[in-house]
Amino acid sequence: MIDLQLMALLLTPLLGGLLLAVFGSRSWAAELNSLMSFCTFIAAVVLTMRVIDSGPQVAFNEQFFIDQFNVFLVALTAFVAFTTSLFSRPYMRIEQHHGKLSTQMLHLYYSMYQLFTLAMLTALTSNNMGIIWVAMEAATLTTVLLVSLYRTPASIEAAWKYFILCGVGIALALFGTILLYFAAERVLGEGGTALLWTHLNQVKGGLEPTVLKLAFVFLLVGYGTKIGLVPLHSWLPDAHAEGPTPVSAVLSGLLLNVALCAVMRSKVLVDGSLGTHFAGNLMMGFGLLSVVVAALFLSRQKDIKRMFAYSSIEHMGLVTFAFGMGGPVATFAAMLHMTVHSLTKSAIFFAVGHAVQKAGTQQMENIRGMMQVSPTVGWGLMLGTLAILGMPPFGIFASEFLIITTAMHDYPWTTPILLIALGIAFAAIFGKVQPIVFGETTAHRLPHQPALIPVFAHLLLVLILGLYMPPYLADWYRQAAALLGG
Amino acid sequence: MTYTIQIINMLASMLLLIAFAMLSQRRILSLINLFAWQGLVLSLSTFVVAYSTDQHHLYYSAGLTLLLKVLVLPWLLHRLIRKLNVRWDVETLINIPTTMLVGIGLVIFAFNLAAPISQLSESITRGLIGIALASVLLSLLMMLTRRKAVPQVVGFLAMENGLFFAATSATHGMPLVVELGIALDVLVATFIFGIFFFQIRETFDSLDISNMEKLKDD
Amino acid sequence: MMTTDQRLGILFQLYQSLLVVLLAPLLTGWVNQCRAWLQNRTGPGLMQPYRTLRKLFHKDAVMAYNASPLFRVTPYILFGCMWLAAAIIPIIAVDLPFSPAADVIALVGVFALARVFIALAAMDIGTAFGTLGARREMLVSFLAEPALLMVFFTASLISHSTQLPRIVEALAHHQFVLYPSLAFAGLAFVIVLLAENARIPVDNPGTHLELTMIHEAMILEYSARHLALVEWASSLKLFAYIAIGIALFVPYGIAEVGNWGALPQAIIALLVKLTLAGAALALLEALLAKMRIFRAPEFLGTAFLLAVLGLLIHFLLGA
Repeated sequence: MIDLQLMALLLTPLLGGLLLAVFGSRSWAAELNSLMSFCTFIAAVVLTMRVIDSGPQVAFNEQFFIDQFNVFLVALTAFVAFTTSLFSRPYMRIEQHHGKLSTQMLHLYYSMYQLFTLAMLTALTSNNMGIIWVAMEAATLTTVLLVSLYRTPASIEAAWKYFILCGVGIALALFGTILLYFAAERVLGEGGTALLWTHLNQVKGGLEPTVLKLAFVFLLVGYGTKIGLVPLHSWLPDAHAEGPTPVSAVLSGLLLNVALCAVMRSKVLVDGSLGTHFAGNLMMGFGLLSVVVAALFLSRQKDIKRMFAYSSIEHMGLVTFAFGMGGPVATFAAMLHMTVHSLTKSAIFFAVGHAVQKAGTQQMENIRGMMQVSPTVGWGLMLGTLAILGMPPFGIFASEFLIITTAMHDYPWTTPILLIALGIAFAAIFGKVQPIVFGETTAHRLPHQPALIPVFAHLLLVLILGLYMPPYLADWYRQAAALLGG
Repeated sequence: MTYTIQIINMLASMLLLIAFAMLSQRRILSLINLFAWQGLVLSLSTFVVAYSTDQHHLYYSAGLTLLLKVLVLPWLLHRLIRKLNVRWDVETLINIPTTMLVGIGLVIFAFNLAAPISQLSESITRGLIGIALASVLLSLLMMLTRRKAVPQVVGFLAMENGLFFAATSATHGMPLVVELGIALDVLVATFIFGIFFFQIRETFDSLDISNMEKLKDD
Repeated sequence: MMTTDQRLGILFQLYQSLLVVLLAPLLTGWVNQCRAWLQNRTGPGLMQPYRTLRKLFHKDAVMAYNASPLFRVTPYILFGCMWLAAAIIPIIAVDLPFSPAADVIALVGVFALARVFIALAAMDIGTAFGTLGARREMLVSFLAEPALLMVFFTASLISHSTQLPRIVEALAHHQFVLYPSLAFAGLAFVIVLLAENARIPVDNPGTHLELTMIHEAMILEYSARHLALVEWASSLKLFAYIAIGIALFVPYGIAEVGNWGALPQAIIALLVKLTLAGAALALLEALLAKMRIFRAPEFLGTAFLLAVLGLLIHFLLGA
């Protein structure tokens, strides 16, 4: 039964990718894309129900493993992928209308979009650390051509940078995986089971600490490149700024989470083997550095998508920091933050995408008065910004509050750093978004009705999560936190 | 020490030597040929490991390596540079002797890092992790110091070689499904690199990466 | 009273000393002959170096009027150093009476001594070419010497001794082991050999082209018996280097301690190895192109790097 549900989850995007590879240039390709994403979302919901009901499951000869931790990411990924596909339908049509994209490019975009979803879902659900690596690499490969979709010099440069840097990063992660296998085969013996996370998790106490320590450094640096941790982040702003907005939304909202999930899987093993706080300290260091550097860079940005890309670095840094602290509250908060950040950031990118289309530029000084042109875009951007900056009553406030109080309790010296960084980020982003939303405008109307339902749907969810956490959801997060050894 | 271990150690050293040779190489064509040689060494060492540990799936890996890294990828790269007509000398950002010195530093670093691991392992794998890591870092250095797109890609592929060596020789091979996945990724990556070469050249009229330094945080 | 063993030892030591000094020009002739064949020429014949030496010994020596005694004695010192080096390297047996002197560091010292004298002598006359050659020689050797020492250290690490006979003993008469570190050292050694013996690609022994010559520039002022000794010393130096190479990397076939009966075999093995090494050297020279003098540091840097890599690999792999 679980096999079947999982198969539905993974085969739907695969089928979608294949169908769109054939029919990608038809006029209804966008609708097909949304439909396939919707089916994937339904499959994810079914799977989630199942896991909530009956706990962690393995499937397909133990090759796949679903527990509370990754199933929440599966649900989130499928949901955001679905809403992004809704958003991208009018967005991409407008881009085509503006002459920025050709039908062939859209063809590529649709089929790659589905395959990208497949790669992310595989990376999330796989039990095999090696397959996780393969899927992460596949996620890079499917998105790299999307980043250069516009074929402008800047977008090609961004894609090249993305490809090379993530390629190098992911290669280091492979080395980490090999080291992990090296340690595991001494305990589990050679062959198929030595890379299965469930098996590794059972024997983690017997894994050689020196090897695991080294392996974790490589895994963290490798997957950290994908998460966008400073100083490995330099691809991220470029790729977000130069790629099409839906791609920015899924990169920021989903791919970073998936990479972080892989790091957390490794951290559990390393903690079990070392019995020290080595992995956590490393993650806290990277996380704190990312928060601070990203906050400092935020105020210097001129390009709106670039600015929000830096904001993603900042938030992923915060999540990494929280995971690094460990403990039930911090892990709980980190997962909550992952959820609300994904929802909010993709909502912001949706709004930003339309704002940029209206203004015809990504330079913030030339985007003005969104409220006049389209109150919905303006409100979406404003509310999204307030949410991402951690204003109550949005969910990010709750998660940041939890993270900072835990930090205050466990690592008091980090609190002022975090607060100052968040303050700087607030000043930088709010100061720049405010004139964009209000003020006099030069923008013009769009040929297609923009899709703003996803924006408000996401923001509504974030708002709900901030005001009221349903007990089953809290329970679910708590179980996941327990699984991560929190 | 038995002969197979000695042979594998020898091949490991050759792998490292080729990594150094690539680092010092000035011509693109020789670079690609060296890459093919590295693939051959890799394939041989995989074969020897397969023979000595009697693991059948490693024979497939060896065959796959031979096919992919000695024949297909070099052929693709040769074709690419013929099509793009780039046979000029490689330009480096730092001069070659300095690069070599940095390379030696990296090797020492890698060996140092791997030393506790080699002391752990009593078997065939002693020290191979260090060599694999050193090759990976050297290829990384090559990617960093080259200005043109093609050498960067060769560096990327050479890095994959080092990793593959770690996977097959140091750990007696990862599960086959993982190896197949890795091979597929490498192949797809090469194709995408090929597409990129054309995109870059169309857009910048050159494969010089230094054209692509517009995106910066000022 | 000496035992028979000691007496035989001295006898063989003398034999080796004579052998090397007589064989050295033949080796040079063989290399030149092979080179000629590879270049599709007939070649001057194996005996040409002997004929040249005889011709030179029969001529009257001409000296620059401002030549100092140093200039006069240098050919003898040069010849003496090289003869000593070639004579003590264990090439036929490992326990000849002089062999304890064949310490690798001492050998490097002997070569350095010869080099100092030839460089001083080259500058002694005060011509431009001599000074130029001396300067270039010093540039090359200052890079080659550390590389050579590194090569020796790698070999010493394996045998735990810097004495060449002990190294040979450890490599030749214990169980056969493939040493990756020695492979690196071997490559480095070949490069050093090419550079130190003024072969292509660093120098070209066949020309007197002022822009490129190194060794020839230093000995331009010598004539007759002095030149003959210098040339002979060069042959001996090449012989010594090849002998060191053989001792370090392919010592198999050399006679064991106390086993005098194996000597004839060892001598035949030596001759075969020398023939092969000479042919290989000629082939290498035919394949390589002379590089600009400014590229020589990079070339020798590679040798140093390879030798260091060999050392590192030895530490990592223990082999």
